[in-house]
Amino acid sequence: MTEAAIRKLAAEVLGDIAPEAEPGTLSDDEDMREALDLDSMDFLNFVIGLHKGSGVDIPEADYPKLFTMKGVVSYFSRDSG
Amino acid sequence: MTDFLMPSLGADMETGTVVEWRVKPGSPVKKGDVIAVVETHKGAIEVECFEEGTVSELCVEEGEEVPVGALLARLNGPGEPAAQPEPGEKVQEQAPAPRKAPAAEPARAPRERAPEGEAAPEARVAVTPAARRRAAERGLDPATLKGTGIDGSVTLADVEAAAPSAFARPPAEAAEPAAPPRKAKRGFDPDQMRQAIAAAMSRSKREIPHYYLTSTMDLGRAVGWLEAFNRERAPDERLLPAVVLLKATALALGKVPQLNGFWENGAFRPGPGVHLGWAISLRGGGLVAPAIHNADKTSLPDLMAALRDLVGRARAGGLRSSELIDPTVTITSLGERGADSVIGVIYPPQVAIIGFGRIAERPWVVDGGIEKRPLVSVSLSGDHRASDGHTGGKLLAAIDDLLQQPEAL
Repeated sequence: MTEAAIRKLAAEVLGDIAPEAEPGTLSDDEDMREALDLDSMDFLNFVIGLHKGSGVDIPEADYPKLFTMKGVVSYFSRDSG
Repeated sequence: MTDFLMPSLGADMETGTVVEWRVKPGSPVKKGDVIAVVETHKGAIEVECFEEGTVSELCVEEGEEVPVGALLARLNGPGEPAAQPEPGEKVQEQAPAPRKAPAAEPARAPRERAPEGEAAPEARVAVTPAARRRAAERGLDPATLKGTGIDGSVTLADVEAAAPSAFARPPAEAAEPAAPPRKAKRGFDPDQMRQAIAAAMSRSKREIPHYYLTSTMDLGRAVGWLEAFNRERAPDERLLPAVVLLKATALALGKVPQLNGFWENGAFRPGPGVHLGWAISLRGGGLVAPAIHNADKTSLPDLMAALRDLVGRARAGGLRSSELIDPTVTITSLGERGADSVIGVIYPPQVAIIGFGRIAERPWVVDGGIEKRPLVSVSLSGDHRASDGHTGGKLLAAIDDLLQQPEAL
């Protein structure tokens, strides 16, 4: 996936989970669970959305790599170019 | 003929606004059908019917706010002819709702209002709770208003009628709040919810002599079992630790039923099943604890689905009345980023609340040596009128036992 496509997917999924959050206020290095007040269920829904939108398998052990936008971008760039 | 009344959707509810009728006169209904959407401080709630029959009359307009216990509709039983509404008053013939807040005023159906102009009592002015709240919102003293309620009390309509004249509102604003028929809003009002939580929790702390117990539990096995379970599954089939805690608690309550039920009229009434109220915090503030019915008899994947569905509907609107009326006990779980432990305040008329802190890896003694284990602090707040710490201790021990055999959950 291209970086733009990854960011678009992540923003769409987060928009469903935290509709009141301002897009663009999340910085790349911020833990989105803190920034957007996501609980375990929210974060699991984020993973489900990323998995469905990208087709990439995301084992549970990889969850910590997806806590920041920077992590999300590098995770999906790496996996499917 | 049965009267369908505004249900009490918890100890903290005084009024509700019918925002949408899902039936009309002549509609056949059966138990569990959604007949109306009622807006409360918990958002828009789908109110279900508890019997079978045919709707004969709707007694409240969409957009109308009425107190708990007010007549909403009349139903004919399955065998009854579709009779005209009887002339005599039948309101309140039936208990309004299983657990009505004692603080709520007697029901006053909107159709019962006396004609305008009947004497309002001079000395002490009665004001309905809804009217009092709206008056406070608008900065009015309800005692100065002319009441048109059945006994001369000041009703919501009186306040609504008085507000525009009492304030020189800017035209743009005046046009809007005068109670246009409201669309079924799917959210909730955080200020209203705050007030309702304040009322319920104040009542709890005033009336319920709480006792508190805490226990630290080793979740090593449960977490290991979950990791193995989730490893083989796609994200949407995975389980959260919350589901394991929930199931273990539900099964433990089956073994210690003295903590699953209600304190009513000076006595304990056991719950008809283990209907776990799951405390869900809402984005923007507030919380609601709707029931997962028969959690002790539900498989882990089904519990996960139920939890996901419940959280979604709690936040977006669309909880059902049975989910708010039925909880027999409450669980609050702080999740992965919360505090170490939580000691809850009992939601009356329930008699217990179980709290799970954050699961965190800490040193723990295992077989004489120190190991790193995922631990959780579990608390029980119990109603001392209904049980003692000895019974409470049994519940915590039973939860711990069950969490050591996650494969059996």
